[in-house]
Amino acid sequence: MNNTDIKRITPKNITDKEFFYGHKACAGCGGSLAVRLALKVLGERTFAVLPAGCMSAVGFIYPQMAFVNNAIISTFPGAASMASGISVGARALGLKDYKTVVFAGDGGTADIGIQALSGAIDRNEDIIYVCYDNEAYMNTGIQKSGLTPYGTKTTTTPAGKNIHGAQTFKKNLFEIMAAHEIAYAATASVGYPQDYIDKINKAKHTKGTSFIHVYATCPTGWGIPTEIAIQIAKEAVDSGLFYLAEYQNRNFKLNKNPKSFFPVKDYLLKQSRFKHLTDNDIKIIEQQRDEKWEYMRKHWN
Amino acid sequence: MNRPKVQKYVKPKHIDDYPVGPQFTAGFLAETNAGWRTFRPIIDKNLCINCLRCYIVCPDGVIFKSENKVDVDYDYCKGCGVCAHECPVNAIKMVKEELL
Repeated sequence: MNNTDIKRITPKNITDKEFFYGHKACAGCGGSLAVRLALKVLGERTFAVLPAGCMSAVGFIYPQMAFVNNAIISTFPGAASMASGISVGARALGLKDYKTVVFAGDGGTADIGIQALSGAIDRNEDIIYVCYDNEAYMNTGIQKSGLTPYGTKTTTTPAGKNIHGAQTFKKNLFEIMAAHEIAYAATASVGYPQDYIDKINKAKHTKGTSFIHVYATCPTGWGIPTEIAIQIAKEAVDSGLFYLAEYQNRNFKLNKNPKSFFPVKDYLLKQSRFKHLTDNDIKIIEQQRDEKWEYMRKHWN
Repeated sequence: MNRPKVQKYVKPKHIDDYPVGPQFTAGFLAETNAGWRTFRPIIDKNLCINCLRCYIVCPDGVIFKSENKVDVDYDYCKGCGVCAHECPVNAIKMVKEELL
């Protein structure tokens, strides 16, 4: 479908129904905002699949059911396979006008669930996979995941005198998914909610597998005041440490290409997970960011 | 207000009253989250320009449209303060619960 054919969803015309309500997520949770907005765009006729992770832990607390649509908890590595089964099962039953969506965390996507997701994309199942990325295994108490960036203090990568937090860089998940020649892939941030809504809407109208990697704040794990949750997700994009991009028809597209970046130091040092970083560590992070942007500006668009 | 309401959960008395299999009614809310809150967002409706920024960024979805303005469902607001921080005209104030 042509992108211009899709009716744009804005705060004015978005449904006022809530499909993720009364959940027990921490105050200021970016992941719950990502789930809430996605379900508002996708609508009531949506099957949601949630592997182990924050959103399944906070959404299904018997007898409190925060999901108003159909929702199910899957095994940790099998979210994409379960969604595939639901999608084809509903088709076999003759259901029309339905969507299947997965809400998985960064660990459930980049580490544990990647095999099932890769298989689902390979079969081009008609599912939407939303990875809300809070950059560690937050639900189990902040352990390092494949999407934890360099220098982050977690319980498995503590900040000591010699080693300053995680020593690996963030896995390039978006490009790994795009390398499957997926129907639609995008990165988004809860700091740019309209951009995220547009991308979910595009995924809704895409036939085949869609993957959306959304950057979601975790005030508890990141050590920030709850009220700046949205601001910090915006600053991550403005500082160039996260980017907004799309992949469709074998083309990469940068949605936001800032001329100058928001100072990385200001973004990092607001968060207690980065408080220990030295100027040298920040230089390494900046250098890695500049290399990435040089590549993206040259090859994408 | 287009959202699930609190319902009374009746504790099963007999094994036959339990749901069969690991399933339960969608959107069944047995309790509120209001007790989590330390600060309460108060919207000044004279200042509000109905830009709906708070409605879109609320992680709990407790802000809803009403009469061309917005209102808060205090049963489920956790008082994170995102709405007050994001409001472009500072129409939302966070007030400590004890002072109300």
